[in-house]
Parts: sequence; C-alpha cells; structure tokens
Amino acid sequence: MGLKGRDLVSIKDLTKDEIESIISASRKHIPVAEGKRSSNLLDGKLLALAFFEPSTRTRLSFETAMQRLGGRTITIADPAVSSVSKGETLSDTVRMLSGYADAIVLRHPNEGASRLASQVAEKPVINAGDGAGQHPTQTLLDLATMDEHFDTLSGLKVVLMGDLRYGRTVHSLAYALALFGAHLVLTSPPALRIPEHIRADLHAIGAEIQEEQDLRKAVHDADVLYVTRIQKERFGDLAEYARVSSGYRLDPKILDEVKPSFIVMHPLPRVAEIPSEVDTSTHAAYFRQAFLAVPVRMALLSLILTGHPGPGGGS
Amino acid sequence: MRELKITPIKNGTVIDHITSGFALEVLRIIGANNLDKESTVSVALHVRSRRMGWKDIVKVENMELSPQKVNAIALLSPTATISMIHDFKVIEKRPVALPDRFSGVLKCPNPNCITNKGEPVEPEFEVVRRRPMALRCLFCDRYVDDFLPHLNTR
Repeated sequence: MGLKGRDLVSIKDLTKDEIESIISASRKHIPVAEGKRSSNLLDGKLLALAFFEPSTRTRLSFETAMQRLGGRTITIADPAVSSVSKGETLSDTVRMLSGYADAIVLRHPNEGASRLASQVAEKPVINAGDGAGQHPTQTLLDLATMDEHFDTLSGLKVVLMGDLRYGRTVHSLAYALALFGAHLVLTSPPALRIPEHIRADLHAIGAEIQEEQDLRKAVHDADVLYVTRIQKERFGDLAEYARVSSGYRLDPKILDEVKPSFIVMHPLPRVAEIPSEVDTSTHAAYFRQAFLAVPVRMALLSLILTGHPGPGGGS
Repeated sequence: MRELKITPIKNGTVIDHITSGFALEVLRIIGANNLDKESTVSVALHVRSRRMGWKDIVKVENMELSPQKVNAIALLSPTATISMIHDFKVIEKRPVALPDRFSGVLKCPNPNCITNKGEPVEPEFEVVRRRPMALRCLFCDRYVDDFLPHLNTR
C-alpha cells in the first residue's frame, strides 16, 4: 500500500485494503490521541487547514491530530478576512497553500472543490467536506468506530436513518459499508429517500439493501443505528420540516429491544434526533465516534505525509 | 420511387439519422447562426427512415464539426451519423460516438458545482450508462440524465 503523497477526495479513492490499513493504524494512535504517550512522527511537517465554511469538530480534530504528532498547522478559518473576499479563485488559493505546506485539508461550500484542488495542488489534498458532496474522513472514523466496537467490519447489519437523499456522510458510508458486505437497512421520510443512482451503485458492488419505515422493526437484529440530521435548509416549508423531523426521533424505549452489542452512532452535531437521555445508555457510541476522529486523522496524516502508519512501525 | 427532399451539397457535412424532433437542437449546437454567409443550411424534419421510423437530417455547406460538437450531437442523438462531403462525394461516414470521458460539451447542472463558480476549469463528465444516456460530473459527482438544457451551444 502506498498512501504517501496521495490525495483523499472521495472514499472511492481508497481500496478496501487501504481503508482497513488506515483503521488498523488508527488503533495504534489512540494512546497518543489520549495524551498518554507522545509522538514526534510529524515533527517538521506543516499542514494547511483551508476552511471556507464553518466547522468546529472537523477543523479541531485535524489540528489536534497534527499537533499530537508534533506537526504544525496554518489555517484559513475565516474566508471573509482572507484574499478569497477579494475575489481570488480557489485554484489560486490552493496553489499558494501548496507552496507553503506539506498537505492541504480543504472544507468548501461547493461540491467538487476538493477534486479541483487536487488537480491544481502539487501537495496532497484531503477533503474535509465539500458542500453536499464527499466527506471521506468522516466515513473512515465511522468505520473505525464500528470496527473498534465489533472487532470486525464484515457482515454488520447497519440501519441508516434520516436524510438519505442529501446527507453528505451517508452516501460515502453506505458505499464503504457495502465494500465490507454490510446489510443496509434504510429508513427515511419519503421525500428524503436514497437517490436511485446511489442505490444502483450500491447494488453494483453487491450490497444487500432493505427499506423499512418502522424504526422498531428496522433495528431488530441490527448491529448499528446510524442517525443523521434532517437539515432544515432542505425544506422550503418549515411546517413540513417540523412534521418530518419530529417523526425522526429515536425513542429511547426502542433500545430495550435491541441486541446487547447494538450501538447508536451520529456524525454530530445533533438537533433533536437523539434525545439526551440516550447519552448515558451503553448503546450510545456517538461521543466515542467523535473522539476517534482524532486517531483516525492521525493515522491518515501519518500515512499521507510519511508513508508510515505511526506508533509501532510497520507499513 | 424516392423523392429527393433536400438537394445535394458540394462540400460540407451531413448529419443524418438525428432523432426525430432534434434537428433544431443540432442547429444550435453547430452554431448555424454564425456560419459563413455563402453556406446553405438545409434541414429536413420528420423524414421517413427504414431503420428509425422517423428521423431528422441537417446538411451544412462548407463546415466541418469540431470533436466537441460531435460529442454534443452524440449526447443529443446517439443514433446520428456524420458524413463529410467533398465535391458531391461522401469521403467519410461515421456514427457519432461519445467517449467514456469528455469535456467541453456540457455545463454541470448542479449550480453548486465548483465548475459553475468562475474557476478556470472545464467541466468533465463520464458516461455511466449509454441507453438511456446517463453521465456523472467528475468534479461534484452529480448524476446527470437530463442534460439537454445544459448543453454548451456557443
């Protein structure tokens, strides 16, 4: 495997083996991510964080990952006070950053921005979310969360709930899960069903897909419930948004009937999809999922910047 | 007896087997408004065809089509054939064939795609299905099956 110097624009840029290597490397980074060990693996490396859209956890977790490994970051956190506000193209900004830093993490409101950046930059570009498009490092940390909990990614039954039409994370996740032979159960409001071409893509790689509107039935025998936020901005009519979103709320009673190993995941931030009383349940995995963002991004940065997976050596 | 509905041309291009009803779109693609003033453009709509039932035909004098224009015609009407005429003779006849990847023909229909935001980049697409035609934007990943309104007809 050679991830050194590579771009990560879409989860489809990675093979199943490469995904497994990143997840396996991320486990070794956990003690460093927790501050129990230190590492200087990325000493002397500089990462550019180009965030053209607000983001808290993605930006902070990349910054944390880099600093825990002894590397440094430069940041565009507010495009309103940068040259972007003077009308500079993304292509020019990325070329400039490519001259300064060893790799670029890009978050941008337009779909395809990272693909364009990867074409013009001479340094690796990591997509940290482009509009309603791809967010591959989120998918990696989602998979790492499942892998840590079940000690495998093979053959899991995963319920995907919420906005399956526009959801940035859910299409990449469904694709990656399909690579690992997951059984996908889809539950969404009719207006937010998964697009037909994405379903066709999933079928083409052999995914087993089922639709189930009744969440109680959907989670029966399932291993994971992955909840996504229903975005207000997708609805022209706020009353319709209120009606749809109130119907997509996890009733904590449902958790009385699930398998003991069952977990609930959410990319966060949540609004009302998961009531706070679920937080203390043994099934709640979303805060662990948020933590794993750091070791997963540490593993990815190590592999892209040095070609080494990190603590423990090997490749 | 066959009736000749369009007169032969001396030099130029004949676009035949156009899906019936699409000839005016083909005229837009080839930029028929901006042709040499001496060139005749003949259009036949709703012509009987043994192979297709009905078809349209466009003949343009003194013009060769660029590969981008041929690709645009292929998107519009995959059945079309293009004949090059020299001195009243067909010197080359070929079906249009859209490559698996192409650029310079379509704008991405996704208004939020980075290719629609003033960046110095040409939108690029790949063919994901040919019958019926479906494409995918190589930048934003948008699946495109309604592309007629987005053809570049400059």
